[in-house]
Amino acid sequence: MTLIKTKIGRRSFIRTSTLASGGLVLGFNWLASCKNKTEEEILAMPKEWFEMNSYLKIGDNGMVTITTPNPEFGQNIRTSMPMIVAEELGVDWKNVVVDQAPYHAEKYGMQFTGGSRGIMTRWEPLRMAGASARHVLIAAAAQAWQVPANEITTEDGMLYHKATEKSAGYGEMASAATQITIPEDISLKEVKDFKIIGTSHKNVDAKSIVTGEPMFGIDYQKEGMLIAMIVHPPAFGLTLKSMDAEAAKAMSGIKDVVAIKSFKDDYEKGGFDVNAFPEIVAVVGNSTWEVLQAKKKLKVEWQPFDSYTETINGFRGTQTKNVPAGLESSTSHAAKMAELAAKPGKIVRTDGDPKAAFKNAAKIIERSYSAPFLAHNCMEPLNAFAHVEGDKAQIAAPVQIPSLILPTLASSLGIPAENIAMEMPRMGGGFGRKAYAHFVVEAAMISQKVNAPVKLVYTREDDMTNGIYRPSYHATYRAALDENNNMTALHVKAGGVPESPLFANRFPAGAIDNYMAEEWAIDSNITIGAFRAPRSNFMAGAEQSFLDEIAETIGKDPIQFRLDLLKRAKENPVGERNDYDAERYAGVLELLREKSGWSATPANVNRGISAYFCHNSYAAHVLDIRMDDGKPVVEKVVCAIDCGIVVNPDAAVNMAEGAITDGIGNAFFGELPFKDGMPQKTNFHEYQMIRMSDAPKEIEVHFVENEIAPTGMGEPPFPPIFGAVANALYKATGQRHYQQPFVTEKQIVG
Amino acid sequence: MAKFNLNINGKEREIDVDPTTPMLWVLRDQIKLVGTKYGCGIAQCGACTVHLDGTAVRSCQLPISSVGDKEITTIEGLSEKGDHPVQQAWLEVDVPQCGYCQAGQIMTASALLEKNPNPTDEEIETAMNGNICRCGTYTRIKKAVKIAANSINA
Repeated sequence: MTLIKTKIGRRSFIRTSTLASGGLVLGFNWLASCKNKTEEEILAMPKEWFEMNSYLKIGDNGMVTITTPNPEFGQNIRTSMPMIVAEELGVDWKNVVVDQAPYHAEKYGMQFTGGSRGIMTRWEPLRMAGASARHVLIAAAAQAWQVPANEITTEDGMLYHKATEKSAGYGEMASAATQITIPEDISLKEVKDFKIIGTSHKNVDAKSIVTGEPMFGIDYQKEGMLIAMIVHPPAFGLTLKSMDAEAAKAMSGIKDVVAIKSFKDDYEKGGFDVNAFPEIVAVVGNSTWEVLQAKKKLKVEWQPFDSYTETINGFRGTQTKNVPAGLESSTSHAAKMAELAAKPGKIVRTDGDPKAAFKNAAKIIERSYSAPFLAHNCMEPLNAFAHVEGDKAQIAAPVQIPSLILPTLASSLGIPAENIAMEMPRMGGGFGRKAYAHFVVEAAMISQKVNAPVKLVYTREDDMTNGIYRPSYHATYRAALDENNNMTALHVKAGGVPESPLFANRFPAGAIDNYMAEEWAIDSNITIGAFRAPRSNFMAGAEQSFLDEIAETIGKDPIQFRLDLLKRAKENPVGERNDYDAERYAGVLELLREKSGWSATPANVNRGISAYFCHNSYAAHVLDIRMDDGKPVVEKVVCAIDCGIVVNPDAAVNMAEGAITDGIGNAFFGELPFKDGMPQKTNFHEYQMIRMSDAPKEIEVHFVENEIAPTGMGEPPFPPIFGAVANALYKATGQRHYQQPFVTEKQIVG
Repeated sequence: MAKFNLNINGKEREIDVDPTTPMLWVLRDQIKLVGTKYGCGIAQCGACTVHLDGTAVRSCQLPISSVGDKEITTIEGLSEKGDHPVQQAWLEVDVPQCGYCQAGQIMTASALLEKNPNPTDEEIETAMNGNICRCGTYTRIKKAVKIAANSINA
């Protein structure tokens, strides 16, 4: 039995009196979220609901509504988070319906979907929500039956007292349970007793998805709602000069054309207020097609802006950012990156005496890796519904971190933050892009200007050319080998436009006596942001490709080579700041070696192996490539992951399959080049996305079984796939791959 | 503006729109059937796929004036109770992640199986290659198409 203090997040357990005792408030998608909503079952809905805590309502008939706190973008947390509550509550999953919480910081804390933190940070509060409700239900039954609480057992939503042969459903005790005080300590189940967690449960939204029910932000409708679309500068480095909206306004169905400015002049931006184009023009009208036609008639002049410096107050404290003027191009980025890569960078970590080790080396291997900007390309383009009326605002938008856009909304609209209500509809993909919610501010400002409910919808072109990209990166690795082919030193120097991707304290740091990590960065006016496993998504590929080449040079099996380094890191680590657990890392590699049949790889199979640690989890892949008429075909990927306890195994497998496929697509094709400040790809006819024929023919996912509290799952399997692709391509083609995207690369040995 | 009588999911609908309006926006804005999704607007991603007399078409490139009396089927009308063999297979495999592209995937897959109830892997890939899934659920989609084919042929 695990005792846990209810004080952690105790505010989540405060019952709001308006909702207790059947004061029923339902979100707009509540019925849509019922798993089995045949007519009979809707009629079987309870007459009265009793609120146990912010996450949990129990109906008089035993039905349970679990409110899921975080916004969903496809990781299936709308299923796995309620599963955690249901486990500790001890109910039959078929009697559970899932409701989506609106934004409510006091009840739910940071409703942050990103950084693979969802399950990890909600693990304890959600278990507590279920366990504390179970506790008060037992206490209520003990009172009613006049028996000791510790003699009462529960199973599948029922309470039992064996000695007196009494039993009752949760629904019967729910009313009395709301009157019982939650104690200071709550006991949680042992992992071995889990019935719901660790067993695959189907996506609660699958039926709604396959029948096309309205559920995404872009599906939001409201009586009298207008459609808005934006026109933004065609190039980074430009801003609004003037507009002539006469012709556009005269078009059929057009209500207004307005220029908006997303930030007040004195507003201090937060870390997620990234916006390359704070001044834009919006066309507002009755229907999407009419607005699209009017957009073409709009005459807007743009002008270059001057360099400026801004202060950003984000997670890493207050930082100063330089935004240079000018129209940037990928060719000039590449030249600048090569220049900086050849100069000393900022040294972040040094172990031992790397200079001496390189001086005394029998052999030095040096290779450079690079990757371009990437666009997120969520299938659901950016959009937001907003209705601003006087000093109140209603928002419904697909956003990953609602709390972080609230201060900006309040400032830009000039209304108090507490007057802004936000619903969080399902996101049609996020991948980091929808953490930067400038589009919500835009929608709200448009609504305020035109004094009507407005749904802002970006075209695909607006979405792809609006910024917040995965940065362009570069890394140079050097290894020193002695005459016996031992690696005596490792040197990594990494940088990018406009940030460095370096993680100085990750493997293989800690496993090598002489180590140095340096970084550099190039200022840019092209805006960047988190993209599935930020920075890791480049560094893993570079590092794991380099290790593969070293292993080959010294004649070691690539898995054994990594395991030997990890053995060193575990038994006698170098330095004290290594941020990975060498034993868990090795465990994943060992599981992968076994499950992939690595030792018995047939000679005609071209296999690449790669592993990485990020977001508190460990993932490794073996990827097989066959060349078909000069084109790589991924036959099979075997994946091993250690993310602690797996809440919903099949959903986790789905996510790993997605990360693998997404990674292969980006490794093969992903690229957003720039010329004169303009993104050179604007839609899917130019931006090549992975399609079914390029996806792996088979994917196998295995999890390390342990009782460690869950860690990240959405991101960890993504970064290492880049290395697995590169290493398998080498086997298949005899050529090492250094520059992404690989299929269009002109081969240059680094 | 012009009046059109459309046959959508077996129902007569009269709408009054600009004749150049693509079917996608008529469905989403006028008829409020939002299951058909906007993804690219240039027939490259397949999110907007509907059936026109049983054939999968990209509704973002289908001007309303060209539809005439042809039958339009959207994801909402694919089956009455959401139990078309393709929908059932999608549930069995638990295909979706974000789910945004899945209506289009299902409409493409159901049109494929209507014409070719026993497709090879290669035929599935060819038919489905016009539908992008950014979450990368392709291996599950392929599996679900095969399950649906088996259930249709059973």
